[in-house]
Amino acid sequence: MVENRPLLKLFTHAVLILGVLFLCFPVWMSLVASTHGPGALSKSPIPLWFGDQAWENYSQLIFGGMSEAGGVPVGMMMLNSLIMALGITIGKIAVSILAAYAIVYFRFPFRMGFFWMIFVTLMLPVEVRILPTFDVVTKLGLLNSYGGLIVPLIASATATFLFRQFFLTVPDELVEAARIDRAGPMRFFWDILLPLSRTNIAALFIILFIYGWNQYLWPLLVTTDESLYTVVMGIQRMVNSGEQLPVWHYIMGTAMLALIPPVIVVVAMQNLFVKGLVESEK
Amino acid sequence: MQKRVIFKARGLPYLLVLPQIAITVIFFFWPSWQALESSFFIEDAFGFSREWVGWQNYRELFNDPGYLRSFRSTLIFGLSVAALAMSLALGLAVAANRVLRATQGYRTLLIWPYAVAPALAGVIWYFLMNPSLGIVAYWLKGIGVEWNHYVNGDQALLLVIVAAAWKQISYNFLFFLAGLQSIPKSLIEAAAIDRAGPVRRFWSITFPLLSPTTFFLLVVNLVYAFFDTFSLIHATTEGGPSDSTSILVFRVYNTGFIGQDYGGSAAQSVILMALVIVMTVVQFRYVERKVNY
Repeated sequence: MVENRPLLKLFTHAVLILGVLFLCFPVWMSLVASTHGPGALSKSPIPLWFGDQAWENYSQLIFGGMSEAGGVPVGMMMLNSLIMALGITIGKIAVSILAAYAIVYFRFPFRMGFFWMIFVTLMLPVEVRILPTFDVVTKLGLLNSYGGLIVPLIASATATFLFRQFFLTVPDELVEAARIDRAGPMRFFWDILLPLSRTNIAALFIILFIYGWNQYLWPLLVTTDESLYTVVMGIQRMVNSGEQLPVWHYIMGTAMLALIPPVIVVVAMQNLFVKGLVESEK
Repeated sequence: MQKRVIFKARGLPYLLVLPQIAITVIFFFWPSWQALESSFFIEDAFGFSREWVGWQNYRELFNDPGYLRSFRSTLIFGLSVAALAMSLALGLAVAANRVLRATQGYRTLLIWPYAVAPALAGVIWYFLMNPSLGIVAYWLKGIGVEWNHYVNGDQALLLVIVAAAWKQISYNFLFFLAGLQSIPKSLIEAAAIDRAGPVRRFWSITFPLLSPTTFFLLVVNLVYAFFDTFSLIHATTEGGPSDSTSILVFRVYNTGFIGQDYGGSAAQSVILMALVIVMTVVQFRYVERKVNY
């Protein structure tokens, strides 16, 4: 701070507290709603403080398998989300670190061609070309399988770029030393490059885990088998359940369960997350 | 671009890029090509036969008032989300940058919504604004606003704008904060010695120096609003009431999966792809050049 202005300081804190309240309030309300029974949520205004149904609601949600959610326990949907998120994360990191290694450390025909092929996929989200991608997955017989949920989302230009950027900063002397010691390219990759990339991999892991966990449209299309539903996509079936009125205390409970894992990851690994986010986008 | 010292191997590099390239070709180039191709055909609903129609799918799109309305609502939606999320985030970042010791604490409290899926953000706001029992709708009624997004299209659009912006604030906040922290303290101090007050310092030093960050975020926010918010809309308003929240990316899905109009959906895909490519190019040209004064 350059100068001392008590009023400005007060104002600054007021702005920040208002911001925090604005961001926290919606989640607070849904957390509160998820602890009430249907009675409290049938008339306006709804309560602003917790009810006593938390245990019943959540145990019913996680293990119960209610008709509103298509008969699938939310615990199972969360397990599916976890498998999908981890699959996408690990797959993306593995595939793109190898590609970046080839592009940076080797010289071969079509190297730049491959680089551009990866580059053009950069900002094209799956939503845009959803119908033909769905067709392709159908032709390959990947509907209703973990493979269909995971593999099409694995290609990632962002991760490849991040690794390429990082490899370019690794000193050349390391390669020279490795070659003098007669280490082959794969030996160099395993014993030197991979350990050096640990921080980058960890930071990327957080970003990609959130990306994978929060997938929506893709699981919606690829899975018709209820045992493969993921939680972020499953909630939509409860909201738009057609003729019945939405059961808000269950919906909000599911929303809480769906947002807690990624939020914990972000908050617990905050510094790594910030590093990963800011670097992967620049 | 490449290392001075490299390894020599013949087959190995191809083996290393193979997984990435294979996935890209199968799940990216092949579908994109199919979208391009089928945008020139009309297919019957069962996929038994199709007929070459040239540009007809595109012509029909641009003669369809519904599609043009989608363009309009997409633009309103995208610009409002970007403006709302960026201005709030900038204010918070400037404030967080001023409070020296508490920055870290506030940061923790402000970044977590990044992890909330857009679909969940939508559902939560949908609940808060629910006309019959949402708390925000109740408060609005208290100040004389009849809120009902099931009937009122403008209110439905406002609902998805607020939900989408709410989720995006944390992301913008982090980038603005990083931008602010990279501005040399000496510049601010020099201006303070010249008796420029905090407001003056912000507008003549901080804000211009932030312009690369601002521009970068503008593109990212527009891309987010145009494409990543599909789930938010699908989980809540489903494009309604009467098409008022059916933005372009939602329409691609609706035309293809609900309307079963393959050619029309493919033509929309192609248009959206072109839009993304243009935005990516703009991003790279200008971000590289660093918008600055």
